[in-house]
Amino acid sequence: MTNSLLKISNVDISLPEGSERLLAVENLCIDLVPGETLCIVGESGSGKSLTARALMGLLPAPHVKVTQGQIDFCGEDLTKVTERRLREIRGSEISMIFQEPMTALNPVMTIGGQIDEIFRYHVSMSAAERRERAIQLLDDVQLPDPAQIVNSYPHELSGGQRQRAMIAMALALEPKILIADEPTTALDVTTQAQILKLISDMQAVHQTGVLFITHDFGVVADIADRVAVMQYGHVVETGTVDKVLNNPEHPYTQALISSVPSLVPRSARARSEETVLEVKNVNKTFGGGSSFFKFGKPSRVVDAVKDVTIELRRGETLGVVGESGSGKSTLARCIIRLMDSDSGQIILNEVNICDLNRAEMRPWRAKIQMVFQDPFASLNPRVKIGQIIRQGPIIQGATQEEAEARTLELLEIVGLDERAFNRYPHEFSGGQRQRIGIARALALNPEILVADEPVSALDVSIQTQILSLLDEIRTKMNLSMVFITHDLRVAAQVCDRLAVMRYGEIVETGATADIFDAPQHSYTRDLLAAVPGQNWER
Amino acid sequence: MQGIPIILAIVVMNFFLLNLAEGDAVDVLAGEAGSATPEYMEKMRAKFGLDQPLPVQLAVYLKNVVQLDLGYSFRHEMPVHELIFDRFWATLLLMTSTIILAVGFGILLGLFAAVNLNTWKDALISVFALITYATPLFWVGLMMIIVFSIKNDWFPTSGMENSAAFYEGFDRVKDIAHHLVLPTITLSLFYLALYTRMMRASMLEQYGQDYVVTARAKGLSERRITFVHVLRNALLPVVTMAGVQVGALIGGSVIVESVFAWPGLGMLAFESLFARDLNLLLGIFLLSSVLVVAVNLVVDVIYCFLDPRIEVN
Repeated sequence: MTNSLLKISNVDISLPEGSERLLAVENLCIDLVPGETLCIVGESGSGKSLTARALMGLLPAPHVKVTQGQIDFCGEDLTKVTERRLREIRGSEISMIFQEPMTALNPVMTIGGQIDEIFRYHVSMSAAERRERAIQLLDDVQLPDPAQIVNSYPHELSGGQRQRAMIAMALALEPKILIADEPTTALDVTTQAQILKLISDMQAVHQTGVLFITHDFGVVADIADRVAVMQYGHVVETGTVDKVLNNPEHPYTQALISSVPSLVPRSARARSEETVLEVKNVNKTFGGGSSFFKFGKPSRVVDAVKDVTIELRRGETLGVVGESGSGKSTLARCIIRLMDSDSGQIILNEVNICDLNRAEMRPWRAKIQMVFQDPFASLNPRVKIGQIIRQGPIIQGATQEEAEARTLELLEIVGLDERAFNRYPHEFSGGQRQRIGIARALALNPEILVADEPVSALDVSIQTQILSLLDEIRTKMNLSMVFITHDLRVAAQVCDRLAVMRYGEIVETGATADIFDAPQHSYTRDLLAAVPGQNWER
Repeated sequence: MQGIPIILAIVVMNFFLLNLAEGDAVDVLAGEAGSATPEYMEKMRAKFGLDQPLPVQLAVYLKNVVQLDLGYSFRHEMPVHELIFDRFWATLLLMTSTIILAVGFGILLGLFAAVNLNTWKDALISVFALITYATPLFWVGLMMIIVFSIKNDWFPTSGMENSAAFYEGFDRVKDIAHHLVLPTITLSLFYLALYTRMMRASMLEQYGQDYVVTARAKGLSERRITFVHVLRNALLPVVTMAGVQVGALIGGSVIVESVFAWPGLGMLAFESLFARDLNLLLGIFLLSSVLVVAVNLVVDVIYCFLDPRIEVN
């Protein structure tokens, strides 16, 4: 290709000594032409982010560096140019957007100030001109009221708005290449759809080459022209999006693609007549308390959960879906009484558990257990696995021997070696920890499991394993489950029924297949329309 | 606004704490006189109001405090507020100069160390901070006097001004500044070390943040990243700490004021403790707590300028 923008050939990136492997990226060859979107797909630790950093000369020196190969950018080898030239290129010819728009912006500088810097460092313009350009840019990325946003601080914007501001910043000088490192992973689906559209619109206008790093095949299907799949630092397969998604050749690509949950809901199971849990008109508000002695203005009141009523039958999995801030997690916490609801009833086996005090609640805790989202934060790092799991039964009155036997049994059920008993959480990977979390929840033989985004922090292949583990346990123990997720693909594969939440309210409930086929509420339709990769079905 | 109940609570607590100590002003006065009869001591107690039960004494004291009357020091035979305000300016001067020196240089040294991470400059600053952090204040004070006042007659050994010279106007300012040097350096060394270490750690933490990568990806120079992006974020914890430490600084000033015979509140508190001059002591404590509350208010306001995420209510 004659008009190639970027040609990476035979690049090796070294890792610090004592790491899992010697090279983060090995023998990498990738090229990019103007106006093209190349997606680099891979699971965590595959070296995709380091590849992006290497292009910008932003590898965490001195231990991680390019040890071999060329990065040819319009005739210049980026591994050889001076630091000064690299600074000129960054921000003006190659720019980058990041995953977490909250932390990627300086919290104490205004949006305008942060855009302004790019102009100050790369072109000479008067202050008034720079400001005008900044406002223009914010307008281009469709931010409302750019004249005001230019003076706002990052915390005053929502996640999607911050990411738009980041994009405005990255496109300020019409770079030839835009590197996007998981730019939509931290965003809600509807916002994600908007941001993806914005990126492709901008690309069409400026003929930018986009290097898009992601782990989400739905996103790939929507935006990529070509795809490179990475595993353990190697590109295992490259090709056009059509070829890679529909005719993957490498076994790893095939495995990855087959673990993407399908959007077609599973066939519904027969619904039991027996109700195990009823949540009636539950409300929970945050804030509203004013300061000591009632001085100062009262703080903002948020209705996290508003008049929610749901019913869970025996053996059923009820999915609660919604975007961040919709009150899903608050609802889950109210149900298992980690939080007290303000009003309403939660009826478990014909008893309203909202009325119970701590001591009275204790025997009921065994019946309803929770699996948490973050397998890293939800296990105490100083307590051994065996202790974590058997603590529950012991509190509920089991003897040491019984509890230990139960723990070993559970470790086997969740597919872990019994040697795990005497190890600490940090010795396990994310997926293994989530198995431990599930074992802990099951230790009390609960009737109901409340799972709050149990697979969101995991890679797709691990996600599939955990989902099938949950499936297996559910049938084996006849568990009823409240499954909270933001991922409609996962919901389609796991849930018998769905409750769609927005702003603390449930806008729609129904059987999963019915909701997917004929959503009644406009919000549900928006959510479904925003799921990436609709047109692609493996 | 919440400051007022806090100060009142402090007054009440101080009152009971000080009354836990054995003996009262009458014991000390009688002991010094050497020949007081028990009847005379009873009479003195009645006169000072010390014969009343504690809650009554407290109520009387609180009533007076609310009316801004801090009582009478029987030891010095002067109203407490006159005594305190006389000495207050000396302490305030010492504290202000110490804070400026400690925070200012602490930030600079910490910044310098973080920018030159793992070089000999960083190591030098860290060792300096460690040594000053570990050295007792009074010893530093004494060594300062020996080296700079006795061996080399650069600075005066003690006092706040040369009262025999009757300086006026600018000469007097110069004289006081000259006396101020050694106590300030002594008192600030410890805090200087603290702020240096904090600033260094805070800078390093901020360097690891995502927005620094963004700034690099924008093609900014390292200088701009350090001084504009990292510095402002790194200052936040240091400013918080400085506000909290003003209280501790008053404690430290007792030692320094004693060593340098600086006529401030610390010295006064020290003397009145031994004289069981509780009225005076309570007055000093009250003033100190007002000072700490006021400084924290100021810090809160500074915080709002440094960190837009925080709003003044």
